[in-house]
Amino acid sequence: MARMTMIEAVRSAMDVSMGRDDNVVVFGEDVGYFGGVFRATQGLQAKYGKTRCFDAPINESGILGTAIGMAAYGLKPCVEIQFADYMYPAYDQITQEAARIRYRSNGDFTCPIVVRMPTGGGIFGGQTHSQSPEALFTHVCGLKVIVPSNPYDAKGLLIAAIEDPDPVMFLEPKRLYNGPFDGHHEKPVTPWSKHDLGEVPEGHYTIPIGKAEIRRPGDAVTVVAYGTMVHVALAAAEETGIDAEVIDLRSLLPLDLDTIVQSVKKTGRCVVVHEATLTSGFGGEVVSLVQEHCFYHLEAPMVRVTGWDTPYPHAQEWDYFPGPARVGRALKEVMEG
Amino acid sequence: MNEVPHLSLHVPEPAVRPGGQPDFSTVKIAKAGAVPRPAVDVAPEDIRDLAYSIIRVLNRDGEAVGPWAGLLSDEELLTGLRNMMKLRAFDARMLMAQRQGKTSFYMQHLGEEAVSSAFRKALNKGDMNFPTYRQAGLLIADDYPMVEMMNQIYSNEADPLRGRQLPIMYSSKEHGFFTISGNLATQYVQAVGWAMASAIKNDTKIAAAWIGDGSTAESDFHSALVFASTYKAPVILNIVNNQWAISTFQGIARGGSGTFAARGLGFGIPALRVDGNDYLAVYAVAKWAADRARQNLGPTLIEYVTYRVGAHSTSDDPSAYRPKTESEAWPLGDPVLRLKKHLIVRGVWSEERHVQAEAEILDEVIQAQKQAESHGTLHAGGKPSVRDLFEGVYADMPAHIRRQRQKAGF
Repeated sequence: MARMTMIEAVRSAMDVSMGRDDNVVVFGEDVGYFGGVFRATQGLQAKYGKTRCFDAPINESGILGTAIGMAAYGLKPCVEIQFADYMYPAYDQITQEAARIRYRSNGDFTCPIVVRMPTGGGIFGGQTHSQSPEALFTHVCGLKVIVPSNPYDAKGLLIAAIEDPDPVMFLEPKRLYNGPFDGHHEKPVTPWSKHDLGEVPEGHYTIPIGKAEIRRPGDAVTVVAYGTMVHVALAAAEETGIDAEVIDLRSLLPLDLDTIVQSVKKTGRCVVVHEATLTSGFGGEVVSLVQEHCFYHLEAPMVRVTGWDTPYPHAQEWDYFPGPARVGRALKEVMEG
Repeated sequence: MNEVPHLSLHVPEPAVRPGGQPDFSTVKIAKAGAVPRPAVDVAPEDIRDLAYSIIRVLNRDGEAVGPWAGLLSDEELLTGLRNMMKLRAFDARMLMAQRQGKTSFYMQHLGEEAVSSAFRKALNKGDMNFPTYRQAGLLIADDYPMVEMMNQIYSNEADPLRGRQLPIMYSSKEHGFFTISGNLATQYVQAVGWAMASAIKNDTKIAAAWIGDGSTAESDFHSALVFASTYKAPVILNIVNNQWAISTFQGIARGGSGTFAARGLGFGIPALRVDGNDYLAVYAVAKWAADRARQNLGPTLIEYVTYRVGAHSTSDDPSAYRPKTESEAWPLGDPVLRLKKHLIVRGVWSEERHVQAEAEILDEVIQAQKQAESHGTLHAGGKPSVRDLFEGVYADMPAHIRRQRQKAGF
């Protein structure tokens, strides 16, 4: 076991995968010599050579398009989109190509690629370095969508994603890279080295895609969250004293519906938290499924706590970010409801 | 004080519209044999003029002339003619089948048969095409069974794609034919990625990308050129300029660039322009580009100058936007008739044998059609299973799709 930050865990996952399988290649903007703007690929070019880890032109559609072609050849590309906000030029390649190649060719061709992208805000990145576009991927059949919340999961899930036979969108909450940020921006973040989930095996292991994890068992209310919001929800439960059961989805597509349903049937209450905007966000899907499967167990209207339906602002970042105070208010609201 | 002139927007127009006299006087055509054939390791900047000329082998008398001639044997040319005739007969039968309601949609190659048929000859087994919807000659020339193509067109019980894809969007890894998307230009950059993978693995295989004149305006065309140029990918970048993108004339996509081939020059990619209706010229240029790619010299851009004689698809009516007689005025002639004439001049073919071959090929196509129709057509007979609708979205069916399939009653 080693102590790793989330960046180190992601890097270790690629390192382990490249070491085990010559067909794994890593490329993207600034990922080669420099090792990526967040340093996720640092050292990989030196270790595996520049034909297996290299810099790409600033052209996301080209990065995805070439990755799809490489996958058709038989490689397993793991590409980086520098910020999730930069994936839009590649959206056509992701949605109409990568996601459908298996289906439209009846398995004649497949697309085992991983698209890593730092997601979410909290770093004063403004509207083009802070977005959480996961719902734009969960709406696309043929994709898998993962959002890890800690180094241990990030490594195990990324290795699983690289080994998966289908395209996987891997969204890394950038505010979690250095520690379990719980929304208290006024306080320094605890480093991962002081957190249980910063303890990461150095070798190969996988975490199954599609399995959620209960981070805090509780009886009063179910909180469904993923990524940074898992830590915010834990803080909110702590600070309000409400005995919330916090579910870390880890994988949004496929979704671990059983874990959610089981929990809500126990608590009778449900709060869904995400950083992405409210309208047509992934929370809408969760709430709809809970209504369908747990209606007669519900004791209060469900509540969503999300980013506002505005672009991600710069100076007002902490008024936009759904922090522990807002989540705490939602917990109280469903307890009173 | 100087008066500031008012601006005006330039919107290009084709030379003529319906009712007008067809006019191809702006299409500058080099004499057959006139364009030199450089060594494959030539520096791209030394052959810039090849992006503005037209490489041609067959002259008006049906003779093969110049430095690009002499690469194919009698036997190979006879097979080439047969492949083009087969594609034309296949198209005619499937067009009719669509009109009879046996399928929803069809796209024919009329006038463009030489491009894909001759190109296929320049590739080896294991190389990969990333085609558009108008390169079925790649499959026919590689002896992919016509009945399989028809099963796909009919979406019947034997459809290799199980009814999931629009007619003619074939897929055959075995025959080096990447699954057609129906989306435009996306495959162009994928071909570059496939070629990069071959180079990463120190393999010997090359890729071929395909695009139409209209779709070169897409961002993915430029993405492909950037990546191909940067990594010197072993890929042939084909542009089929058939003059029309549905109703839009090629000037809308080309803009102020002299030719589509010239788009390659800014990327440092050697760019050749070829008579797309000349089987021998298409093969010679494709072979040149394939040799370059195989020798690790990088990508080549090729513009095939041709003409879409038929409608864009069965959902299109070209008489609404271009003169009805325009195809007859097209100065590069008909690819089948030109190769036929050449083979007669060579003394290995005759009018009688041509008529006989037409009958034999038609019979072969009809037999394949009968066999395909025994498995059903879109609205009659055998169909793919409805369960197939839910299969193959992922390698393993996730729970939510299984629930939906059960709910649907399958």
